[in-house]
Amino acid sequence: MNDRMKQLYQELILDHNKNPRNFRTIDPADREALGHNPLCGDKLKLYLKINDQNVIEDVAFIGDGCAISKASASMMTTVVKGKTVEEAEELFTQFHEMSMGTLNVDTQENKLGKLTIFSGVRDLPARVKCATLPWHTLHSALHNKKEITTE
Amino acid sequence: MNLNQDILPNREISFDPILYRKDFPILNREVNGTKLVYLDNAASMQMPQVVIDSFVDYQSRFHANVHRGVHTLSQEATDKYEAVRSKIRDLIHAKSENEIIYTYGTTDALNMVASTYGRQNISTGDEILISEMEHHANIVPWYMLAKEVGAIIKVIPITDSGEINMDAYTSMLSNRTKIVAVTHVSNALGTINPVKTIAELAHQAGAIIVVDGAQAVPHAKVDVQDLNCDFYAFSAHKMCGPTGLGVLYGKFDILNSMPPYRGGGDMIKSVTFEHIIFNDVPFKFEAGTPPISQVIMFGESIDYVNNIGIDRISEYESELLSYATKRANEIEGLTIIGTAVQKASVLSFTLKGIHPHDIGTILDQSGVAVRTGHHCAQPVMDRFNVPATTRASFAFYNTFEEVDELISAIHQVKEVFG
Ligand SMILES: Cc1ncc(COP(=O)(O)O)c(C=O)c1O
Repeated sequence: MNDRMKQLYQELILDHNKNPRNFRTIDPADREALGHNPLCGDKLKLYLKINDQNVIEDVAFIGDGCAISKASASMMTTVVKGKTVEEAEELFTQFHEMSMGTLNVDTQENKLGKLTIFSGVRDLPARVKCATLPWHTLHSALHNKKEITTE
Repeated sequence: MNLNQDILPNREISFDPILYRKDFPILNREVNGTKLVYLDNAASMQMPQVVIDSFVDYQSRFHANVHRGVHTLSQEATDKYEAVRSKIRDLIHAKSENEIIYTYGTTDALNMVASTYGRQNISTGDEILISEMEHHANIVPWYMLAKEVGAIIKVIPITDSGEINMDAYTSMLSNRTKIVAVTHVSNALGTINPVKTIAELAHQAGAIIVVDGAQAVPHAKVDVQDLNCDFYAFSAHKMCGPTGLGVLYGKFDILNSMPPYRGGGDMIKSVTFEHIIFNDVPFKFEAGTPPISQVIMFGESIDYVNNIGIDRISEYESELLSYATKRANEIEGLTIIGTAVQKASVLSFTLKGIHPHDIGTILDQSGVAVRTGHHCAQPVMDRFNVPATTRASFAFYNTFEEVDELISAIHQVKEVFG
């Protein structure tokens, strides 16, 4: 196993996969969306509370999936909490570009911070959707879409 | 990595996979800096050099369209193409080469039966029985047919070990049953189904039986007359052959009474705008330019496999499977899905707390290629209450050392996940 892969897996697994943050429901939530990756069977439900200033006050998720999708969802919730909707959207775009390999986080400016640990998935084309599923779900929740699938 | 001598079956080395490995150029390649360990044979098997060469030979020397020209090339191509029909007849022990229809794959073959025989013979209230372990290719065409004609699909349950529940099957049969469609060997579980008995019971009820043989033909001797099945479908690419080619066997009288499938060239005897006369079986079902080079290549694949001997292949693969099963069972947290008494060389498993896609990714880092996911058999996953499994499937060119590499890679997965 190469180092990047080891790092991707070990850091993620030791932390977020085993102890996912914000792994709960919000009731009532202002926004909800369901994300589904039929290929993997990954499923997640995302809940958002957004205040008058357009700030994401609370965010949580429940669901089942592989380590990459679960860790990605967990880290996403910790990062977007307290951000404005616009800031969250910007992160969505950058995260997506990083996963697709069009944003090089080592050389190009970005706001991804610790999320750059997921840059390793660009070497795993079959797994890109696992990492981006939570972000796509967030994106549709912010746009009031109820359900997305990555197929 | 040494073989675990304690549990290696006590066998005389009558089968040496190394002899055959050298025929498969792809088995020499590296993946992620290590030697490829190809254990995804149920999805598609690799191709030996003689088969690869036969493509070059055919295209360099004989290529022309078949059944069309009086010129020499067309005649030679037609002869080579048609000669493979008798090889396939012998491979599955059909009565006549006229019972062998070239298709584009198992999926295409099963759709052909549903669209021709199915539309002709199935109507409102008729019942089609399929098993719970079917590949989507043997589910979806029947659902589409049932929806179209108002027929009813009934699903034969499987047991916890992944075998067809024969009592349930027997009690589901009635004079409403018109088609029983089952797989010979399950791609997700490895189960070898008692097709002969299933066929006998279907016939007693007045139904016909359609068998999905995609996973059977490459791994065991198949005798369609002895099984007494009415239709039998399989794909070339799962037996050292090319993609884009499959076979539908059907009993001649049934084929002869069936309407054609697709319309076009080659499947007709004469066409005027007033009247069309269809060609004879099997050509009636082969519209358009067929996969000629694929057929000729598959002829070589059949020779290649026959030279090794399908019985020897079965025997060796079952030794590999039982070794892999024993070693896998030693791994804590590993559960084998599919523990039928009669199994082909498929090892499907889950690891406690670890998603199969993570397993697949980490195994790939060690060069071990396995399939992860639902294996186009989502109802099987539901039956065993798992979202997906990891599947290692073995071919005659796999070695005991490769099983060990699989096992040690699984241990590595467990290490990563701590
Ligand atoms: C049991 C079974 N049936 C049907 C198929 C479909 O075969 P093909 O994709 O070659 O049409 C497969 C292969 O994936 C299979 O394993």
